[in-house]
Amino acid sequence: MSTVSTTSAADGQLRPLVPPSPVTLRINGQDHPLQLAPWTSLLDALREYAGLTGTKKGCDHGQCGACTVLVDGKRINSCLTLAVLQEGADITTIEGLGSEHALHPLQQAFIDHDAFQCGYCTPGQICSAQGLINEGKAQTEDEIRELMSGNVCRCGAYVGILAAVKEVVDAKR
Amino acid sequence: MSTDSNTKYVGKAPSRVEGPLKVTGQAKYSAEFDVPDLVYGYVVSSPVAKGKIRKIHADKILALPGVLQVFSHENVPTLAWFDRSYKDDVAPGGSPFRPLQDDEIKFSQQPVALVVAETFELARYAASVLEIEYEQEKHETDVEALREKGQEPGSGKTGYKPPVRRGNADKGLSKAEHRIKQEYVHGTQHHNPMEIFGATVHYHPDGKLTVYDKTQGVFNCQQYLKKVFGLSADKARVVNLFMGGGFGAGLRPQYELYLSVLAALELKRSIRLSLTRQQMFSLGHRPHTLQTVELGTDASGALVGVKHKAVHETSRFEEYTENVVNWSGMLYQCPDVHLEYEVVPLDVFTPLDMRAPGAATGSIGLEVAMDEMAYAAGIDPLEFRRRNYADRDQNEDKPFSSKKLREVYDEGARRFGWDKRKMEPRSMREGNRLVGWGMAGGVWDASMQKAAAKATITADGKLTVSSAAGENGTGTYTVMTQIAAETLGLPMEAVTAKLGDTTLPEAPVQGGSWTAATVGSAVKSVCEALGEKLLKLAQKMDDSPLKGAKPEDVEFVNGLIRLRKEPRQSVVLRDVLQVSGEREIEADSSVMPNPLNMQKYSMHAHNAVFVEVQVDEDLGTIHVTRVVNVVAAGRIINQKTARSQVLGSVVWGISMALMEETVMDHRYGRYLNHNFAEYHVPVNADVRDIEVHFVEEEDPHVNPLGVKGIGEVGLLGVAAAITNAVYHATGKRVRSLPLTIDKLL
Repeated sequence: MSTVSTTSAADGQLRPLVPPSPVTLRINGQDHPLQLAPWTSLLDALREYAGLTGTKKGCDHGQCGACTVLVDGKRINSCLTLAVLQEGADITTIEGLGSEHALHPLQQAFIDHDAFQCGYCTPGQICSAQGLINEGKAQTEDEIRELMSGNVCRCGAYVGILAAVKEVVDAKR
Repeated sequence: MSTDSNTKYVGKAPSRVEGPLKVTGQAKYSAEFDVPDLVYGYVVSSPVAKGKIRKIHADKILALPGVLQVFSHENVPTLAWFDRSYKDDVAPGGSPFRPLQDDEIKFSQQPVALVVAETFELARYAASVLEIEYEQEKHETDVEALREKGQEPGSGKTGYKPPVRRGNADKGLSKAEHRIKQEYVHGTQHHNPMEIFGATVHYHPDGKLTVYDKTQGVFNCQQYLKKVFGLSADKARVVNLFMGGGFGAGLRPQYELYLSVLAALELKRSIRLSLTRQQMFSLGHRPHTLQTVELGTDASGALVGVKHKAVHETSRFEEYTENVVNWSGMLYQCPDVHLEYEVVPLDVFTPLDMRAPGAATGSIGLEVAMDEMAYAAGIDPLEFRRRNYADRDQNEDKPFSSKKLREVYDEGARRFGWDKRKMEPRSMREGNRLVGWGMAGGVWDASMQKAAAKATITADGKLTVSSAAGENGTGTYTVMTQIAAETLGLPMEAVTAKLGDTTLPEAPVQGGSWTAATVGSAVKSVCEALGEKLLKLAQKMDDSPLKGAKPEDVEFVNGLIRLRKEPRQSVVLRDVLQVSGEREIEADSSVMPNPLNMQKYSMHAHNAVFVEVQVDEDLGTIHVTRVVNVVAAGRIINQKTARSQVLGSVVWGISMALMEETVMDHRYGRYLNHNFAEYHVPVNADVRDIEVHFVEEEDPHVNPLGVKGIGEVGLLGVAAAITNAVYHATGKRVRSLPLTIDKLL
């Protein structure tokens, strides 16, 4: 029998925490003044403070892509950046791409090709696809497959995702 | 309901009705409900696999402003006493795990404390610095080392069937012309749906709870809360409108439910509790399974003996069972069969049904062995299966309610081009890539459960159908909408489907591929009941052309009720509603499986999978370049969502065959790769051409809809077909999955 003890406080002492401070995030063209602890991720700021739960948490470690959003047009994993670092940036989430009655072409294509089942990875897939289109790189099926591979879909809707993204990429040519 | 040829929605391919909500981020998952004045929980998990908690030093973190409580066995209130209170609908035998109720550690990652704070950031930080002292004891976690301790399980959980024995397999095998005997192994797997397990509990001012939980069964959770916390049904409403994937992980109430409700009741506050991806490796798993298969044939290639034994782990406190071996007694014709099944109790959490539980595992053993047997007997693997075709379920000694597996074989072979295959391994190549073709297949139960539904039509002609089923990506909302629209002759846009809420009529847990058959039948039944009420109202109208007509004499088409024999004799449904003066008309109904048919027939879905792999001769990398998966599962309600389920199954099969494995470090009794970076599942670049085809079966016996369910059958045989294709490509037979490069080189 042996004894194990756990804590990540290096010297066993807890220091007073830095209090939350005001952070203004520009999301989907609108300013959101928030009170955030400095170590709040952009993902948690969106979901828990700005009320924008369309951006999903699948791993919180940058391993699954469910939290993909566009920051100044570039796709990033919002779990891997702190909200305070994104003050002044132009953040686009799935809610900013289109709405139920005014769908973005990618959103429509995802529905048409049944490019999802449970729908949980879908906002990240769509934001990632928009980022990929912005990058102007993806032209062939193989390129789309490769460049969409940062977004895991456990339902395995990859065939539909490829078809949906390809349709929108081709229409833009 | 009218037949397929003239249906409007059933059997067609409408897009998912909830699609717009999902693609715009408006679909609300459990940890996303906006509830005022929320506090946040964060779970602390045990780093040891077996032992005792000596002390939890909560004082320091309780002193942090904003930390509200640290729940642990040191302060948790007295809850239900007996094991039966913790048993849910799908619990196996034994004593269910009770979080935070004593100091004993039974498995690594066991939740040992719940920290609650005013913000998520604070709860997470406080949990990370909570000091806990453990006394560690020696653990056992290695099923391969302890296989000799395997025991045949007792009655097991609902649906468990003891292993079949008939004739004398040893005697049969002793006369065999060709024989093989091999062991097949695959590692532990975790469901890993994309959505993290979480719950939001709304604590209302009157003390009632609305619990938004990630679950495949809201009623199963409500019952659990009733028995464990003494919360009557009106005190705890459980809701799940969308589930970000389940695959079995949400069949049983998971500990985020228990912990969040506990905290809400104790603190009288609304709370959100999300687990982490790492913690999701403590929710149950597909067990690490060792299978031995022995087959023999006579000179004509007929099977003369089948032996199949499987051994896997269970926990120390529950006896988890799944049907691994019995499929081997029914997929092929053989008079002499001996099947065995054992479980070994270890210091791990209880395994949990994972997509096609048992069959996904068993079909790897049987179907790779069938390929090996075909090669030993010198017969084409598909031809070998045809020669041993089972026209009758020999396990149950019953005819099948329907079985078009021959047509499945023909269709698959034709679409794949199987006749161009050369039998010899390493006989096909493309550049530096060895090309291999393999096939396999499977069989899965076509089940139906009891379910209730309600239908309400309002004066404006809008229909709402409800049943507390689940939507975890399978298309339940859409299928309910299609069936309702079809039955009452309304456009799909006029129908709203409601599910996932304990205030709705009861439906079973979402599992076993039975939802379409079960809830679909309930929706059909309730719409027919509503139709009868509407007919009666229509007959009360002045000069009604429907006077004297019986329900079977009329049909509901295009917003009309009309006579089947004289379609021009009709009334407009909306007029009936307007004239009736009723604000809304309602019907309730419930359905259950037909016991007579169940007694008479064996009800099963089948599939066959044909796979091409390309293996880089120098690097050993395996590419699944082409898959044809043909499924016979009765009637297909929605071609689009059904296809997606089978496409997903193929991806799951690729994952099982080539990637997926939770690796245990037995020194610590701990899963090593408990994250998405190291627990490998396919990404887009891993998936190439997949073709899905359904051979439809007319099955009047299976259930009122003729549906068999397709959530699971499509997975069967995929991993085995890939393994067989890799053998064909390389000449190397790998019997341990996942088939990673190191095993091939």
